[in-house]
Amino acid sequence: MNRFDYVRAGSVAEAVAAAAEPGAAYLAAGTNLLDLMKGGLTRPGRLVDVTHLPGLDRIEHLPDGGVRIGALVRNSDLAYDAGFAKAHPAVAEALLSGASAQLRNAATVAGNLLQRTRCPYFYDPASACNKRDPGAGCDARGGETRLHAVLGWSEHCIATHPSDFCVPLVSLDAVLEIEGRAGAREVPLEALYRLPDDRPDRETVLEPGDLIVALRLPPQAAAFAGHSRYLKVRDRTSYAFAVVSVAASLRLDGGGIGEARIALGGVALKPWRARAAEAVLAGAEPSEANFRAAADAALTDARPSGDNAFKIELARRLIVRTLARAAAGTPDRMPALPASAFSGDALHA
Amino acid sequence: MPDIAYEQARHGSSIGQPLTRRDGFLKVTGGATYAADNRPEGLLHAVVAVSRIARGRVTHLDVAAAKAHPGVVEVMTGANAPRLAQDPDAKDNPFMFRLDLLQNDRVRYAHQPIAVVIAQTLEAATEGAELLAPRYEVDPPRIGLDAEAPQAPEVVGAGDKAVAARGDVEAGLAQAERTVETTYETPAQYHNALEPHAIVAQWDGDRLIVDTPSQGLAMAKMRLAGLFGLDPKKILIRSPFLGGGFGSKGSLSGPQVLGVMAAKLVGAPVKLVLRREQMFGPVGHRAETRQTLRLGTDASGALTALDHHTLTATSRYDDFYEPASAISRYLYAAPAVSTRHSGVRVDTGTPLFMRAPGEASGSVALEGAVDEMAEACGLDPLEFRLRNYAESEPISGRPFSSKALRECYAQGAARFGWDKRAKQPRSMRDTAGRLIGYGMGTALFPALMMQAEARAEIRADGTGTVALGAHDMGQGAWTALAQIAADGLGIDLDQLDFQSGTSDLPNAGIAGGSAHTATAGSAIHSAAASVLAQLAELATNDARSPLYGAGNAGVYARGGRLVRRDDEGRSEAFSEILNRAGRAAISAQGQGAADPASREAYAMHAHGAVFAEVSVDPDLGQIRVTRLVGAFAAGRIVNPRLVESQYYGGMIWGVSFALHENAVVDPRSGRVMNANLGEYHVPVNADVPSIEAILVEEHDPHVNPLGIKGVGEIGITGTAGAIANAVYHATGIRVRKTPITLDRLLG
Repeated sequence: MNRFDYVRAGSVAEAVAAAAEPGAAYLAAGTNLLDLMKGGLTRPGRLVDVTHLPGLDRIEHLPDGGVRIGALVRNSDLAYDAGFAKAHPAVAEALLSGASAQLRNAATVAGNLLQRTRCPYFYDPASACNKRDPGAGCDARGGETRLHAVLGWSEHCIATHPSDFCVPLVSLDAVLEIEGRAGAREVPLEALYRLPDDRPDRETVLEPGDLIVALRLPPQAAAFAGHSRYLKVRDRTSYAFAVVSVAASLRLDGGGIGEARIALGGVALKPWRARAAEAVLAGAEPSEANFRAAADAALTDARPSGDNAFKIELARRLIVRTLARAAAGTPDRMPALPASAFSGDALHA
Repeated sequence: MPDIAYEQARHGSSIGQPLTRRDGFLKVTGGATYAADNRPEGLLHAVVAVSRIARGRVTHLDVAAAKAHPGVVEVMTGANAPRLAQDPDAKDNPFMFRLDLLQNDRVRYAHQPIAVVIAQTLEAATEGAELLAPRYEVDPPRIGLDAEAPQAPEVVGAGDKAVAARGDVEAGLAQAERTVETTYETPAQYHNALEPHAIVAQWDGDRLIVDTPSQGLAMAKMRLAGLFGLDPKKILIRSPFLGGGFGSKGSLSGPQVLGVMAAKLVGAPVKLVLRREQMFGPVGHRAETRQTLRLGTDASGALTALDHHTLTATSRYDDFYEPASAISRYLYAAPAVSTRHSGVRVDTGTPLFMRAPGEASGSVALEGAVDEMAEACGLDPLEFRLRNYAESEPISGRPFSSKALRECYAQGAARFGWDKRAKQPRSMRDTAGRLIGYGMGTALFPALMMQAEARAEIRADGTGTVALGAHDMGQGAWTALAQIAADGLGIDLDQLDFQSGTSDLPNAGIAGGSAHTATAGSAIHSAAASVLAQLAELATNDARSPLYGAGNAGVYARGGRLVRRDDEGRSEAFSEILNRAGRAAISAQGQGAADPASREAYAMHAHGAVFAEVSVDPDLGQIRVTRLVGAFAAGRIVNPRLVESQYYGGMIWGVSFALHENAVVDPRSGRVMNANLGEYHVPVNADVPSIEAILVEEHDPHVNPLGIKGVGEIGITGTAGAIANAVYHATGIRVRKTPITLDRLLG
């Protein structure tokens, strides 16, 4: 029977205690969870509604120059926070390229981080899926795989993580503040996600009861503000998940690149930080040749998981393009089509 | 926009005016009642359980578990479903599609209904359906155009000949200076009307009241009468508004009938609404095609031969073949034309009419092939089309009843700026460096006529009524037909009581084939003319009337008065005529139908020319249609605002066809893997930044008394091909498979 308890938590401690029970799930905006429940793909025994928790809906600009974003801040509220968008333009651009205006108005930032894959076999209860049903197999293998992973996948799961928001966040070393049964702790966002390996059902390092209460961008992240972009290739101009996306941020040092930050979306089951590419660019000139070298480094380990080899070449080209946009400088105003190939930016810096 | 003053003077006060939808206020305020908005007393909720397999048998359903769920009232399966008066696999005419109505345990396609759970709440019914946990005996499904050796159907579409030809194509190709042979593929597409198929069914003894969206009320009534063994007079279907139909609500679908069966089984009103993913199976789709065209031209670029072969798929249990080659019968002049179809049978639901069935898919392939041949000849695509302009219908040889296609080409090209098109592909760029491409396509849709009846009345208070069971699918029938009715009766629109949308009114036929305004409008026109003739007879034979002696032909009606043609100062109000005669009202019936003699003598089509500009990222392959200009000639325009809207909708569907729509079927399971509107893409606003429709003036004295051709479907034709051709022009890469996606343009 599709019965579940509904608990409206009054405090973080109450929420953690209520959600530590097996089969419990947190409910914020529910833009993903409710669809999954309606499809019978997930059947939590208890929903712990955290939307009334006090104090989690604030954007705090910290004295050290960092920013702390409450877990319940709505995607659009964060994107349209002028101070935040100025300091972290690629993050704002990524947020505004995701979903639709209606969904962005509802969805919370922590919920965005924890959205599930869009793999059609995950959403089809009649298909075998190791993520839903460990050991069942993966019907995506040998099926419709145009949009599946090219990095970090395993024979057990070739799905991708769909978030745009996560991609620049990972590149900028975002940190999560988590409250759990053992108290508070911090986890780098990049370490939140697990690659599928042989247990694709274990998607994150979160323990039962763990509640993300905030995410933080360190002060260093704002140092990239002048050269920070997100670019998302998609099958229609808006309201589509990324085929491939790239966040690229540069800290220019004189004429050269002091430091580069690069992450990819749509290519793996987690937002993919491209550290090898960053290393190529550290201390290098911002030239197309160097961007190409960085792109090659980022995709060294890539391999198709099906009919999707094109994504590897596409990711290479997108890295070059996004780096060029970042090198050209963050525009003063958010483009009318954020993160789009049609945003109005010149193609080459 | 046509000259409104001219149109008014010529036709009356309403026709030709860009009125807003009369039902618009109701729709934007939520006051318009759609089928699923009905909640009769004692309503129960039904949820369909659908098959996960595409072929086999249901071997077990856990009915006990479902029935044990609180709130569940009944579970309808093959074991207890009401037996029907007629075999749902019977097929008396091509429009009678075979339905899956729980009369056995067999599964013929994925998402076929296999049970219906009826409960006190939607939630309980939904959970009950989950609890059925069906088990199956699975047969491997046959999916795709290569599933079996092709067969040759005799008829395609709604009874068209599968093969039509003129001249010797092989000889024409053999003597050609240049030949092109090319193959285009289009995928399966699903209608996805915003309003899902929904029904509220109530039995009262042997009387049946049904609220359900229908594009063919009379046909739906006869279908229900046959299946349930009822006197059609005992059935009332109410369908005042549809949230889109596009062909999928033309004939009654299986799930709609299941709602009626469920209500019968439980003896209470039942509501059944399909979920979005359940619409990918039992309510029709546009079948995939693989089309091979062979063209030959002489040294001047004139076609010597055109051969258009379509391979398509139908279900394994019923016949509907996408008539994609048919468009080549009508469009370009060639001494030898051959149009053929073959088909395979696969384990899907039966394909159906879907907006511009045949023409849409066929147009993409034909316009692409023509673009390829124009390039081979070194001719501008517009010049090539003008050199092959058909002055008579290519295969039949009949003259056209009217054809303002040259004007469409000229006006569209001028507005678009076609003369700025660079000859070489991949040679135009915007200031940012993106590739720009210009492409064009010719639009065509046959000007069909169905059959319809209407009733008209003028009352002694000067008001009038026009009533017919017409269908407003969102296209604006409530408005356009009322405009025809007001002018037909010679009264102002606010004096008209327009009744439509229920099956107890005169049979208005089908809202399909872009023929509803023409057909139902003709019926209204005829009924109103009969009323006015009776009224004129009363007046002109009455010595007390200022119209006395004018004769029937000597008066016209305007503003609720009859006016002498030879002396417009002499007129009399309808009310005065009726009151003096002691008549409360005058009413009449009218019919609308094709005139066989003019159909024999003339070929009748609406035409258009569509010009597309696309922008393509040279490195990333992402495509955007940055401008669309369509110029269409479709006879008399009843309401230019609504007509523009129809053209926009059709052209946007063209964007959808060219770049987006694609039902991804996993051949191993036969299931559509993107059966939702998140992943089954249609264009969003950002995909249509600029769209223009030019209404080209055209007067057609033959097509029907009102001179109306259809406008609902033509916009897709031409557009999808224009976009595909523009993508080629932008990139130099010819993608012969829709949707054209960015991965095909990475080079």
